[in-house]
Amino acid sequence: MSPAETTIPQGYGKVFSRPQSLSDAPTTYCPGCLHGVATRLIAEVIDELGIKDRTVGIAPVGCAVFLYRFYNLDFVQASHGRACAVATGLKRANSDLMVFSYQGDGDLAAIGTAETVHAANRGENFTVVFINNQIYGMTGGEMAPTTLPGQRTTTTPRGRDVASTGYPLRISEMLAQLDGPRYITRQSLHDAPHIAKSRKALLTAFSNQLEGKGFSMVELVAACPTNFKMSPDKANKWLVEQALPAYPLGDLKVKE
Amino acid sequence: MAKGITVIDKERCKGCGLCISACPFGVLGFSDEHNSSGYNVATAVAPEQCTGCTICAQICPDVAIEVYRKEKAESKEAA
Repeated sequence: MSPAETTIPQGYGKVFSRPQSLSDAPTTYCPGCLHGVATRLIAEVIDELGIKDRTVGIAPVGCAVFLYRFYNLDFVQASHGRACAVATGLKRANSDLMVFSYQGDGDLAAIGTAETVHAANRGENFTVVFINNQIYGMTGGEMAPTTLPGQRTTTTPRGRDVASTGYPLRISEMLAQLDGPRYITRQSLHDAPHIAKSRKALLTAFSNQLEGKGFSMVELVAACPTNFKMSPDKANKWLVEQALPAYPLGDLKVKE
Repeated sequence: MAKGITVIDKERCKGCGLCISACPFGVLGFSDEHNSSGYNVATAVAPEQCTGCTICAQICPDVAIEVYRKEKAESKEAA
């Protein structure tokens, strides 16, 4: 049954449909991947703020590399990890633009750490959406800096050994101690109440940019069922039991 | 009539099943159908239980679900 074929009886009102900022293109994410939820939430926030015509996204390298296909927005494709540097240029050249970058943990927390930390420290006025799924998704499930100790990945088949590969990198805590950023928060996407909180956090982050308040980052903890080698449901349970204790949720920095 | 109606775009559905386990009323389940990508798609197996709460649509990573809810004035008349 597709929406076009269905007739809705009289007296029913539509309460949920695709945001206008999303294009009709199907996403290239795996089944059950929470990237899709994050992509929708950003589109909803852009629609709500009415900034569709002046928003420019920065597409990352990673599972969201085709992000520009999924939105009816202008996009720039950045080199791996350099989204915050590209966003800085865009925003400084044209401050009327609403600029957001959408990056995974391999992009933002590994190769792009320097760009992210310095953009945050300068308090650049744009919004960063950081998807933390504790793994390199697109390239085949290798260890990311955010991988949990003991977590099995294709490059740590016996589990992440902290003696040789270090500890999970908590980017949000790292950035929250800087003076530059305005708003740093960590939210999760594993169920509907947390998705609602994530949406609220994204709304705050985009509103901050609209009001010229400076750097905002929303970290969204998500699961990667394909590379965790679990069903989507089981991956979300694993997220609650294993990942959320290591990545506590909440606002880490709110500068008034 | 149920309070809510869910409409699943079967070509968008990737059969991940997140909506099925998220629904608090057991409205959704897997259908016997597969879409053109070969995914076993979700459908409303108990549509009369739907309240139009939109939890399934919130969790759907592919934004494949549209939700309709009975408007308040109408439901009063019906009652």
